[in-house]
Amino acid sequence: MAGWVEACGVDDVEEEDVIRFDHGGRTFAIYRSPDDEFFATDGYCTHEKAHLADGLVMDDIIECPKHNGRFNYKTGAAKGAPVCVNLATYPVKVEAGKVMIQIG
Amino acid sequence: MATVKTKRDYSLVGESTRIAIETGLASAEWYHTDVPRKTMKELMQRSDMPAIRDTLIWIAAILGSAAGGIWFWSSWWCVPFFCVYGVLYGSSSDSRWHECGHGTAFRTRWMNDVVYQIASFMLMRNPVTWRWSHARHHTDTIIVGRDAEIAVMRPPDLLRAALAFTGVLDFRYSLPTLVRNAFGKLSPDEKSFVPEMEQHKAVIAARWQIAIYLAAIALALCLWSFLPLVLIGLPRLYGSWHMVLTGLLQHIGLADNVTDHRLNTRTVYMNPISRFIYWNMNYHVEHHVFPMVPYHALPKLHELIKHDLPEPNPSMWHAYREVWPVLIKQLQYEDYFLERELPPTARPYRDEFHALTVPAAAE
Repeated sequence: MAGWVEACGVDDVEEEDVIRFDHGGRTFAIYRSPDDEFFATDGYCTHEKAHLADGLVMDDIIECPKHNGRFNYKTGAAKGAPVCVNLATYPVKVEAGKVMIQIG
Repeated sequence: MATVKTKRDYSLVGESTRIAIETGLASAEWYHTDVPRKTMKELMQRSDMPAIRDTLIWIAAILGSAAGGIWFWSSWWCVPFFCVYGVLYGSSSDSRWHECGHGTAFRTRWMNDVVYQIASFMLMRNPVTWRWSHARHHTDTIIVGRDAEIAVMRPPDLLRAALAFTGVLDFRYSLPTLVRNAFGKLSPDEKSFVPEMEQHKAVIAARWQIAIYLAAIALALCLWSFLPLVLIGLPRLYGSWHMVLTGLLQHIGLADNVTDHRLNTRTVYMNPISRFIYWNMNYHVEHHVFPMVPYHALPKLHELIKHDLPEPNPSMWHAYREVWPVLIKQLQYEDYFLERELPPTARPYRDEFHALTVPAAAE
């Protein structure tokens, strides 16, 4: 079973923002919510291959930079066309100022 | 390098489609101007206020001009009112459809959705299929065989382009399409860009629109007056000229089958009235490179990245004068296109675009 992986430092992500994290040939998106919680999802939009880390975080929503498809980054739920397939999410914890994600 | 010329096949399920997929033109990575993340975040920020203000002005102008048209219905004085009403209904609805379809006009999602549905109805556009066709337009802008929204195909049909200003052709296409969708039929092209799980929504949306049009026809018959149809439906004919005037300039005469919006898209400076009707989509290169930026922030984005873009046309007149000889030449050499010069401050176009296109263009 895959374990926890250090993705970034807590200060690497601004509040209500997202950064890209690449690991093991895969790409992830690490979010910091307006209430200072961290979340992680797959890095690519499920509609087309666009990095969500270039998108816009608004409250619980990440909007894809390519076609403005929206997901709830906390649950991965697709919020309507042009995204129809939910986003995979990953458990996150913060330890000693580091954001760790569990990659399955 | 010798190039094998084949006639363009604009079907979305044909030979050009196959070539676009095989050569990697479909769903390709596109050129982006470098903008620091912090700046881009500021530009992407959503706000309800600009769009609420503009929408209130828009609705007031629509209702005001409609009221004037109704009041003076039995005299020629109704004409200027319907001229204004027609443009607001048949042209400015296109930019509202567009911005709200992107979800960038308002911050609040339902506001985007409501205006999107209303504007789709005004345009006789199926809100479902057009949402997907526009997503494809952004993925594969002016990629032949992939882009469902290429307004002027090559070789250009100039009569068709001229007739577009009357709205007749679009009307003739849009209404039968809605009827076909309402009967549960999507064309192979539509099926190529609307996912199967969404196709039933296109049918439902078409049925709602047709029901409203039938109600307008019934009202016209009851009143034995054209007035209901002059207010609902026909503005798509007599008021769409401004949409065509501004919209045609987006890509006409420029390169196709490239993955750099600086080569296939045009920014044109326009007067404030046209910019209100068009919701700043005259900054079209900027919009395509960064579709996340709301219409009200496009002038700021333009100032920020114009060093990396071809110089904008200073007016619509200038743009049409520039494109006319290109269209004439395309009648004989459909591979010919207008390559826009970049300023010295811009990152150059990638070489492979030139290798693909310049030999044909030099004929």
